[in-house]
Amino acid sequence: MQDKLNQDVTIEPGVEMSQYYLSHLKELESEAIYVIREVVAQFENPALLFSGGKDSIVLAYLSRKAFHPAKIPFPLVHIDTGHNFPETMEYRDWLVNELGVRLVVGSVQESIDKGRAKEETGWNASRNALQTVTLLDTIEKNKFDAAMGGARRDEEKARAKERFFSHRDEFGQWDPKNQRPELWNLFNGKKHQGEHFRVFPISNWTEMDVWQYIHMENIPIPKLYYSHEREVIVRDGAILSTSPWLKLKPDEVPTKKIVRFRTCGDMPITGAVESDADTIEKIIAEVAASRKTERGTRADDKRSETAMEDRKKSGYF
Amino acid sequence: MTNQLLRFTTAGSVDDGKSTLIGRLLYDSKSIFEDQLEAVEASSAKKGFDYVDLSLLTDGLKSEREQGITIDVAYRYFATPKRKFIIADTPGHIQYTRNMVTGASTANLALILIDARKGLVEQTFRHSFIASLLKIPHIIVCVNKMDLVDYDEAVYEKIVEEYKGFSSRLEVSDIQFVPISALAGDNVVNRSENMTWYEGATLLHMLESVHIESDHNHIDSRFPVQYVVRPHSKEYHDFRGYAGRVAGGIFRPGDDVVVMPSGFSSKIKTIEFGNEKLEEAFAPMSVTITLEDEIDISRGDIIAKPNNHPKADQDIDLMICWMNQRPVNLNTKFYLRHTTREVKAVLKEIQYKLDINSLEKLDNAEQLQMNDIARIKLRTAQPLLFDSYRKNRITGSVILVDEGTNETVAAGMIV
Repeated sequence: MQDKLNQDVTIEPGVEMSQYYLSHLKELESEAIYVIREVVAQFENPALLFSGGKDSIVLAYLSRKAFHPAKIPFPLVHIDTGHNFPETMEYRDWLVNELGVRLVVGSVQESIDKGRAKEETGWNASRNALQTVTLLDTIEKNKFDAAMGGARRDEEKARAKERFFSHRDEFGQWDPKNQRPELWNLFNGKKHQGEHFRVFPISNWTEMDVWQYIHMENIPIPKLYYSHEREVIVRDGAILSTSPWLKLKPDEVPTKKIVRFRTCGDMPITGAVESDADTIEKIIAEVAASRKTERGTRADDKRSETAMEDRKKSGYF
Repeated sequence: MTNQLLRFTTAGSVDDGKSTLIGRLLYDSKSIFEDQLEAVEASSAKKGFDYVDLSLLTDGLKSEREQGITIDVAYRYFATPKRKFIIADTPGHIQYTRNMVTGASTANLALILIDARKGLVEQTFRHSFIASLLKIPHIIVCVNKMDLVDYDEAVYEKIVEEYKGFSSRLEVSDIQFVPISALAGDNVVNRSENMTWYEGATLLHMLESVHIESDHNHIDSRFPVQYVVRPHSKEYHDFRGYAGRVAGGIFRPGDDVVVMPSGFSSKIKTIEFGNEKLEEAFAPMSVTITLEDEIDISRGDIIAKPNNHPKADQDIDLMICWMNQRPVNLNTKFYLRHTTREVKAVLKEIQYKLDINSLEKLDNAEQLQMNDIARIKLRTAQPLLFDSYRKNRITGSVILVDEGTNETVAAGMIV
């Protein structure tokens, strides 16, 4: 595992038959692009769920490659919890402009105001679960029949059994017991009126693959991922950034630390790690040496052993 | 040095050590993170075990635990400095065949586990046959639980001989054997000190070095058109690119090509990928091809070479695996998906069912049940452009989709 840093060599035009194979990153890239193109071919109104995190950034980047020199033929959808890192919003707007793509925003605040969703209370209150309501409303309102996401199977055990083309019933629910078998690269996107699909083109990528790909392709990412100084508190072992949405307990005193984020979720629940990795190379070295999964810093997954499975069944990403 | 991707499938029931083996591979290759290990330690303690049960690393969903079953294929990932691995982990219960077939469809290699105490059992035959049916190019037979037979060379050799005898009836050219103990770790990642008589490689070394470069067909050029790229922009006003994933052979700019089914010929102008222009493309690369001539090409067409193109026919012979709870009868209609094409198809004839334990052919079948493997004839509404599955796993495979429920009900391999 120490050699994980080895850069992938891009394929030189072959001189002999044994040269005709792809590096794992090129093969994963080719697979993801095949899936993205298949979505556009099979669905009438697809969309890309964009969170501002590195996985959906890679997905947007792959989408651009898939249709070049045409523009990406679907909008980016951002489910805005209102609790975003400012860096995420800044990056989102830059990327949308860069890609020349349409942005659709689904607002959790709006769902709350309309009484569609109820704000959680308590110290660890989060809008994470509320996103499901807004997401499903946004899909329905815009009549999206396929929503692509950057979820990966290595992230979580409920995701290990997810399909590339994941069927959702008319309530947006995932039924793990009744999934369609998925064979070869023949994807079945057939559905009845009112149903939709979630599609995960980078299902087979690991966290390391994503970082190596970002490095290989020189993809710009939000500043949050790089080491920086930030005002934080430590709660139940998690390093949380101070923000207007983080209620401090009486004994909690903010301090400054040199940190970075491994995932880019909602500000009040996304934990930072202490790190001085300020380049992609250093991030890759850190990920390689890390003994914790990236979701280990996510308070939303720690609620119960089956937190992800439960959220997915009800229509979560 | 490039890291290649190796996809392999495992299958087995609870007691043959499959989960332990996968846990061992993940653990010894340091692909398990602290928080995952902590979760497994906690679960082990909760169950009252006084050891850490590595098999819990592949533990499934709540819905599965509630019912004490494993739903279907789970995918696991690990990497070594040499390769990245994707494991399609398939359980061995009632739906075994359907799951095995699903996991096997994308695999370069199958791991067959044999319990050294029991030798070859029904399941061994079944798994091996499915690997052969799905044309998985490589098999590694792991004779597991060697610790329970005192690491006895004679036990191992006897099993190897038996397997070789049986496998001569299969169509797998590359079969390797390794004696292991997944529980103790012998010959999985590290060489066993208990089996000095074994001179071969460890399992991980085999996985890292098996020759997979020839697993794709690089001879017969096939490019199923997936999507037509038309920018409609000022800069690229006349651009017309055919996006797709190479299914076989090698394409280069300047190559003469023929487009099926129209039969029109042209030359490749450029092969593009993002903003790069490529000198060649081969399977499984996703690229965009432009041609010298403006001809009408749409999704489902295949770009091939003159004198070497796929067959075009409406009567198709297939081996299929029926995957749905509801049985199927003659004259049932389906949607058939093949490469990037979808056509209607009707089940014309069931030639025979195959007993996958004995490989015996059962004639006069009128109905197929879940997990049945059968040789059938389909008639399609429009011609398919295909190769035999033996020649090309991409242009030789189909799925059948139920017209009413939209479920994927069968996997087919064109004979």
